[in-house]
Amino acid sequence: MSAPVISFEGVVALLGRFPALSGIDLRIDRGEIVLLRGANGSGKTTVLRACAGLVPITHGLARVLDTPLPARSTVLRTLRRRIGLLGHAGFLYEDLTVEENVRFAVRAAGLDGASVSEALTRLGLDGRLRTQSVVSLSAGQRRRTALAPILARRPELWLLDEPHAGLDAESRDLLDGLLRDVVRGGATVVFASHELDRAEAVATRTIALGGGHAVTAEPADPSRPGSAQPASPQPASAHPESVVARVA
Amino acid sequence: MWRDALLVAGKDLRIERRSRVATAQVLPFAVLVLALFAFALDTDGRILRISAPGLFWIAVLLASMLAAQRSFAVEVDDRGLDGMRLSGLDPAGIFLGKAGAVAIELLVLEGLLLIGTALLYDSPLRGSGAVLLIVTCVLATAGLASVGAIYGALSAGLRGRETLLPLLYLPVTAPVLLTGAKAMEAAMGVTPGLQVGEGWPWVRLLGVFAVLYVAFGVLAFGALVEET
Repeated sequence: MSAPVISFEGVVALLGRFPALSGIDLRIDRGEIVLLRGANGSGKTTVLRACAGLVPITHGLARVLDTPLPARSTVLRTLRRRIGLLGHAGFLYEDLTVEENVRFAVRAAGLDGASVSEALTRLGLDGRLRTQSVVSLSAGQRRRTALAPILARRPELWLLDEPHAGLDAESRDLLDGLLRDVVRGGATVVFASHELDRAEAVATRTIALGGGHAVTAEPADPSRPGSAQPASPQPASAHPESVVARVA
Repeated sequence: MWRDALLVAGKDLRIERRSRVATAQVLPFAVLVLALFAFALDTDGRILRISAPGLFWIAVLLASMLAAQRSFAVEVDDRGLDGMRLSGLDPAGIFLGKAGAVAIELLVLEGLLLIGTALLYDSPLRGSGAVLLIVTCVLATAGLASVGAIYGALSAGLRGRETLLPLLYLPVTAPVLLTGAKAMEAAMGVTPGLQVGEGWPWVRLLGVFAVLYVAFGVLAFGALVEET
């Protein structure tokens, strides 16, 4: 059995003095599309940010892509280049064009930018939009622009916070198709969403986070049209009991 | 590190070229400061002329604070610093890039302010002090931009950062103001009997401060952005 992509055992993470995660256990394997669900403040965003080393882990055992967290700065930099995180923010600069933003993020990750055009085209950001300043974009276009560097970088682990937010129906279909393709290519996707119908249709497993309660891990319903299947030889449904989280 | 620095500086300078904040806000502000000093002290042209180096560096200091604030405001809007951290950029490279872009803006600003100082304060530059003046400006700018980048990053994620930055920035940059003004005084020859050569010891001291600020930024920036 291969090592999990994400493994948390009793992980505690603080936001200031507030314990945003208090003893969370979870395991996510390669090739899964995992939906994190839960009420506002349940810790979904914190889990995603903790995986990228953006939230300090104070207790517990955490491993992401075989890298123990917390890690030294140089190790963290290497890990982050293997991760694509889409947060509530898009990490965009309003005075730069769509292409300039994407090219900067891709070159910042140490790549040459050859995959930028392909990513822009895949996300419907080619043509006139490509040279448009981000400040003039709609919310949905901004969201797709924020996704483009991740797609161009092709990370092993995609961490997406509310990726469907602000997208129109066509863009949502495009995103769902993209996530399935990404997983078929060997990557792993973990995303948080409140739009459960849409999100559960694409997820292979759901992890529910809740304040101080044990949570459930539900395998995808294979009968649901469009439901993705994990690419991993270790299906998510084989270890639902492995996911137990308590979140403050 | 240098590759990352060039990438970040290029991005920042492109943003400034598009937004024109430096030319439309920072430069007019600095010119206004110079003009206000001229209005306040114009009853005695001699005092104004002797004070020109200090007034010049006060104007630069205040403008550099705005430039540093602006440099990190663009990162705060959509969590650009997080984006750069997630890209795996070397923190030292981010620091040098941010400071470098601010330094380039400040050097252009200083060139224009020198002309303004000569015109408003009747303190013409002397040719023999040109090298001293250029070295002073380069070192002082390196120091100011470095401190701006350090404190800009430190205060970027904090509430009340607009008022916090001056409180942090001004005390630490006071040595740059002092040594820069002394060196420039010798370079301009505004004080009777003061020779150009008497400015070099101040430049050496300024150089020590500049090296300290840059070195601190290179070493500490990673910890600063990870902790804020």
